[in-house]
Parts: sequence; C-alpha cells; structure tokens
Amino acid sequence: MAQYKLQINGRSYEADVEADTPLLWVLRDNFGLVGTKFGCGIAQCGACTVHVNGVATRACVTPVSSLGTKKITTIEGLSEKGDHPVQQAWAEVDVAQCGYCQAGQIMTAASLLAKNPKPSDKDIDTAMNGNICRCGTYHRIHEAVALASSKMK
Amino acid sequence: MEIQLKTNRRDFLKIAGTVSGGLFLGFQWGESSATPMVVLNPANVAAGNIDFNAYLSISPDNIISIFSPNPELGQNIKTSFPMIVAEELEADWSKVKVLQAPLDTKKFERQLTGGSGAIPHSWERLRKAGATAKYMLVEAAAKRWGVASSLLTASNGMVSHSDGRKLTYGELATEASAIAIPTDVKLKDKKDFKIIGQAIHNVDNQELFTGKPLFGLDFFREGMLFAMIQRPPAFGTKIKSVDLAAAKAMPGIVDVVQFKNNVAVVGKSTWQVSKARKVVKIEYELDTKIESTADHDKLFKDLLDSKESTVRRKDGDVEAAFKSAAKTLVREYQCPFLSHSPLEPMNFFAHVREDGVELVGPTQTPDMARNEVAKLLGITPDKITVDITRLGGGFGRRLKADYVVEAAELSSIIKAPVKVIWTREDDMMGGSYRPAVRYRFEAALDADNKLIGYKLRGVGINSGNATREDNFPSGAVDNLLIDSIEYKSAITTGAWRAPITNFLAFAEQSFIDEVAALAKQDPIQFRLALLDKAKKAPVGAIKYDIDRMRGVIEMAAEKSSWGKKKDVLQGFSVYFSHRSYVAQVAEVKMVSNKPVLQKIHAIADCGIVVNLTGANHQVRGGVVDGLGHALFGNLTFKDGAVEQKNFNSYRLIRMKEVPEIDIHFVSNGIDPTGLGEPALPPTGGAVANALFKATGKRLYNQPFNKQEALQGITIGEKI
Repeated sequence: MAQYKLQINGRSYEADVEADTPLLWVLRDNFGLVGTKFGCGIAQCGACTVHVNGVATRACVTPVSSLGTKKITTIEGLSEKGDHPVQQAWAEVDVAQCGYCQAGQIMTAASLLAKNPKPSDKDIDTAMNGNICRCGTYHRIHEAVALASSKMK
Repeated sequence: MEIQLKTNRRDFLKIAGTVSGGLFLGFQWGESSATPMVVLNPANVAAGNIDFNAYLSISPDNIISIFSPNPELGQNIKTSFPMIVAEELEADWSKVKVLQAPLDTKKFERQLTGGSGAIPHSWERLRKAGATAKYMLVEAAAKRWGVASSLLTASNGMVSHSDGRKLTYGELATEASAIAIPTDVKLKDKKDFKIIGQAIHNVDNQELFTGKPLFGLDFFREGMLFAMIQRPPAFGTKIKSVDLAAAKAMPGIVDVVQFKNNVAVVGKSTWQVSKARKVVKIEYELDTKIESTADHDKLFKDLLDSKESTVRRKDGDVEAAFKSAAKTLVREYQCPFLSHSPLEPMNFFAHVREDGVELVGPTQTPDMARNEVAKLLGITPDKITVDITRLGGGFGRRLKADYVVEAAELSSIIKAPVKVIWTREDDMMGGSYRPAVRYRFEAALDADNKLIGYKLRGVGINSGNATREDNFPSGAVDNLLIDSIEYKSAITTGAWRAPITNFLAFAEQSFIDEVAALAKQDPIQFRLALLDKAKKAPVGAIKYDIDRMRGVIEMAAEKSSWGKKKDVLQGFSVYFSHRSYVAQVAEVKMVSNKPVLQKIHAIADCGIVVNLTGANHQVRGGVVDGLGHALFGNLTFKDGAVEQKNFNSYRLIRMKEVPEIDIHFVSNGIDPTGLGEPALPPTGGAVANALFKATGKRLYNQPFNKQEALQGITIGEKI
C-alpha cells in the first residue's frame, strides 16, 4: 500500500492503494469517476480509454504507480460542460445504442483529432479499430468522428 | 486497510437527506467532481406533481414526467416508450423528462426486455395513457372557461380555445386530475403523428457522453462491499475441497465464503478482490460429465441419423415425395456456441436485510429476478425492491437471473450490502451460451423443378426445439417433415439475440439458394413462387404473413437493383422472426481476385417505425451483429472448459470489418411488430450467398473465417 497523488481533470486526487492497482479501478472505486468503463481488463476493447499526457491510454492495464505527475483526462474532464466537439458530434449523430462503450470511443476519437484534426476515412477506421462496440454502432461512430473533425476547424 | 482515506463516504447521508424529489445514492467526494448515481423513486420524483397514470405525471410548472418501465439495453425503449405517450398527449417533447421506473408489477405489465416484444405489447396502452391524460386536460380547460370541449384543441403541451386563449398542461394539471377518468378515449389518426416516426435523440445522450453513472457497474452505496466469485472453471465439475486461508489474508479482504459451487471473495475494492481470488485454492472433481467440442461434432452426426426425434411438423407424405423426385439435395450446416458478451460484464448489487431486500442492477427480467430471489430466501416478492439501471448490452444474457440470485445469496450470507462483479473471463466462462446446433436439410424437386418435398432436422445441445417449424417455407411445400433432437449437457445455454433463428435463418436461406440453383431459377423468383403457392394453395397452418414477406422481398430487389449491377455479386436472404420481416441483399466485389463485402441492403417491415434513429440502430446493429458472429463468433470447449476467455481469443467484429449498410422500412401503417432481433437472422445467409456467387465456394458452417473454403481469403475488411 502506498499513497498516490494523481493529476486528473486538472485536479489533485489522492488514494492509498497497492502499486499494481490499475488506474481504471482507482478512478472508479476510489474517486467515483465511473465514466471510464470496465470491459475486458486486458486492453482489447477500449472501454477504459483515458488520456495520459494527451495520449489515449487503456486505464485497465495502467498501474497507478506508473503515472507520477502525468496529466490524466477522463471522460468527466474532457470538457467542462460536456461540449467538446467530439461530445457534441456524438449527441448530434445520436451514436449510442446501449452506450456503455461510448465514453471510451469518445476518448479515442478526441485523442485522434488532437493529433490529426483532418483524418481520412481510413485514419478513422484505424484509430477506432481498437474500440469494440458490441451493439454495432460503428457507422455512426465513424460519422461522428468526421463531424467532430469538421467542427474543430 | 482504509481505501477511502482521502474521501468521506459519510457525506452520503447528508446529501440524501437534503436533496428533494429523488433519492440520490452513491458517492459524494469532498475533492471529487464525481456525480452520484441517481436511482429515482417515482413517488419522490413526482412529489408535488400530478399523477395521471402509471406512465405520466405533470408538474404545476409544466414539466411532463414520463416513466419508462422496461429495461433499456440499447434498444432505445427509454426514448421510444415516452414518445408514444407524448404523441397522444400532444406534449411538447422539449418539456418531457424521462425516468426509468423501478420494478412495479402493480403498475406495469411485461416489464422485461426480450423477444422484440416491448413496443408491440405496450403500443396500445402507452397511447391510451397519453390520450386519457389529454382528454382530462382538455375537459379541465373547458370547465375553467365554461365552454364546450369541442371548441378546444390540445397541441404542443397546451390547450387552446378557438378564440385564442391558451393554458399550459402544467396550469391545468391540478384541475385535470379531478376529472373523471374516461373509460374509452379516442386515439389519434396515425397520419397525424408528429413525434412517432421522428428521429428523436436518445434521452440519456448527455449523461452517456459525459460519463455520468447510469449502468449497474456504476452503482455505489455507502458501506457496500465488492465481491468476485470463483465458479467451476469447467462445466460438469464441482468443488471437492477449498483452502481459503491465503485469500483471507490478502489486503482489503473482508471475507471469503463458499456457497454451493462458488467461492466468493468479499473485500473493499474491485482490484483487491480480484487479486485475492487468484490465491483461493480450490480442488474440483467430476460432477456430471465433461465435454469437448470434438465430442459434440461426432455427436451431431450420430443424432442426425438417429431414429428417435420429436416431430415438429408433418405435411403430406414426404417419403413418397422423395421417392418420386427427379432431383434431391441434402446439405448440413453447423454453428458453434456463442458468448453473449455484452460489454458491461455481469454485476448486481444486493442488500438482504431482516426487513427487506434491495436489488439494483442491469437485468432484462426484473420480475423474474425478484421471484427467484424470493424463492431462494423464502420470502414473498413484495419484500424485495428492484431498481433497474441502464444495461450495457444484454443480447439475452441478462434474461437469466443467475447473477442476481448469486448476489442476493452472498449478501444474505455475509449480512452486508455487496456488489458482485464478473470479469470478462467470468462472463465468457460462466455460461448461458447460444447453443451449438447442426441442421440437415433435404429437398426434392420433380421433373418440372417444382419443390415437392422438404425435410429439416435440427439437433442441438441444450437447444430446446432447434427448428421453427411454422416458418417459411412451411405452408408452401406439399410434403414436409420437420423434427428436432435436443442433447442434454452440463454446458448452460440460453436465449441469444434472435434465439435459434440467429443461425437457422443462415442455414435455411443458404439451402434455399442451392435448391433454387438446382431448379435453375433466380433465388428471388424461386422464393416468390413458393410464396405464391402458399397463398393460393396453403399447406397446413401458415403463421407468417405472406404479403408482408413478399413486400420486403420485392423492395429488396428494387433497392438493390437485384441482378442488374455490373461486377457486383449479390446474395439474397429473407427471414420472418418475432412478428417482423427483413430481407437483405449482400454485395461482394472481387478486388485483386479477393471477395470484398461492400454493402448490405436491409429492408425491414416492422410496422410503424416509432423512432427512426432507434429503428435504424436496430437494423444496422442487427446486421453488424449477424455479420460479426457469422464471420468470427466461435466458442469452443476442451474438457468442459471454455477455450476462448477474453476478446483476444474470442473475436468480435470491429470498425474496419463493417460494410456500408443501406436501410429501408416498409411503410404500411401496421401497429409496430418489434425490431430488436429480426434484422439479425437474415445477414449470414445473404453474405454466404453473395460469397458463393463471387467464389463458387459454399459456406456450410460458422464462423466463416474458420472454414476451409475461405482459407487465405480475407472477408469483411474494407479495402
């Protein structure tokens, strides 16, 4: 057990947990930030995607001890009012079915657009291919990423 | 260990005590931006509101609260149900607040999600709920103004007089509640629908896209413990001995208990219980029998030749027809088990107290879950409350209450509130799969290439009746025999989206394509001729609507320009399931000598479309689901244990593998007939039929990517 001080969504959080505790469970169980979802636990589905220093990262395989002072952004902190262009696009396109994977999808998309504001269709497919949507909303996810890109100019 | 060192869960009670109009349960962290999950108690929410009926209450400040009773798992019911009420109410949709109702069998009927049946079942009662309230509001306005109600109109949340006076529903609510409830109300003419048929956005969008707690796994309760359960790793085995000492000594662990064939590790955080569970020592022994996929493959062949079967349908004299046939065709098709794999793993919160039981979580069948828990605990169901969270998918897995009962049993043993969490591996290994099934189809053609005999045998593992004996082409063939054999196994199975038809449709529609080819006929014309025959000279009972089936077939031919596209190889499929009809045309193009699936046209007749977005989602999602599992879905067993334990070996379809999907709905004004499942069954057949045209190779088994016929061929992926 050790004390970890994490920088999440521009704020400071502290938790007393074991070093190997994945960020996912610290977010969910210790901080009540449950927007980051548990899907597979082995970085296969992308439901737990957060940004670590701006890079899309699977929180389920990221030990809390590896984070130090790195800046973590979760879906709760992507924008102050829930109006990040990607979130807006997701609402406009009405992407979700069950919605469970969508926070992870949004975080992956936001990270893609931060690096590549004008992605091609193929870029979108490649970037989003790591996120599973069991309901099969892939077409709308693709459409929403493209729409968000157009909003970000 | 105290994991919440820097947090203060005790704030919870203060919060709950100060928030009015709702019971707020969950976190309230001093330093956190977390929002507590809101589990709404309709009685509290509606305090000060005027209740009109189980679905509807209106506040004096003109907020229309509509309760949605059925579990929401992505079928969009939480948006579609209220749309139907709001339509007849003539509500202003922007003033509508939708709330998930908890289980209440006194107020609601059929409060479950399954069988594509919620809208067909509730259509009439939802419309009446809205129309009744509208009637009362109009009468109240007439009374206040002292005029005849015939001079008034209700629209956009207001009652208006022809002279220009207006009152909002909120202003009228109190007086309206005193009006006698009419026994019979007039429903709107369907052509006047303003909300029904629109693409109204999902009411939970903002919460979903900002990470607010909505799902069962997001539910937290002050003092709640976390638990994981070690279940037998192989079907057919049971616990012989356990050594719990090491697990009990792990940090954060509160208790480790054995019940039935389970060992539950209970502790203060998810990660700690998952680590401690790894050091529980359990020895298993044989209980019934353990089986492998290789055993099933052999078993299926034996059963297909068995003399013993359950005859499901028999028309005419099938043996004579086959004897007199000019040509016959025999084909077999097989599918593996599938995992449902909703992305939110199983979980449930239970708190069994002396004075009652509280259950909170994702379930498709809250009533059944409550009854099973009541039975387990030996109490009456009225002592149990069930709050329904949003479900992160279901696909049939959450029709079962095993994981709810388990949580309740554990809570009763440890006498504490507990949330049982399944890992992905638990979910994949823990059972209730789509049953593995094998079919043998036989067809007899006469010298004129007319289908005179048809046989189908379905054999499956814990599959129940693996056939749907009254579906097409039953009724169109003079001599027909359909029978089935079920093999009982320790491997648990259950309803998987479009039960049985999810694979039967592929087999049947692939076979009919081959029969059409044998009869030297176009696949669509061949099916239409069979429908003609069923219409003009029906054989036995016909339980599908011939005209609706014909309707989707003809529209699919038109929308896909069937047979008229150059360099595009098309495959057709049509299927009736759960009251609705869907036809599909898959289009494959050869690119560098490889078949590439480019597009699937899907034509659905589900009657009136309630929510255009939701309906599109169900068709597109059904096609993607059907395609993904036909291509990749494969759950196999070795000595009773599942071989694919997570998404690294159990492959689900991803973005790169979905083709374009073109969707159309038949507009016929029929009351809604359901759409959660019917788009899935036809997909595998349409794709297999198109791939045959492109490659000359027939696919008889799923998943396609494991078939020798397609070795070295990439299917699915976009180019």
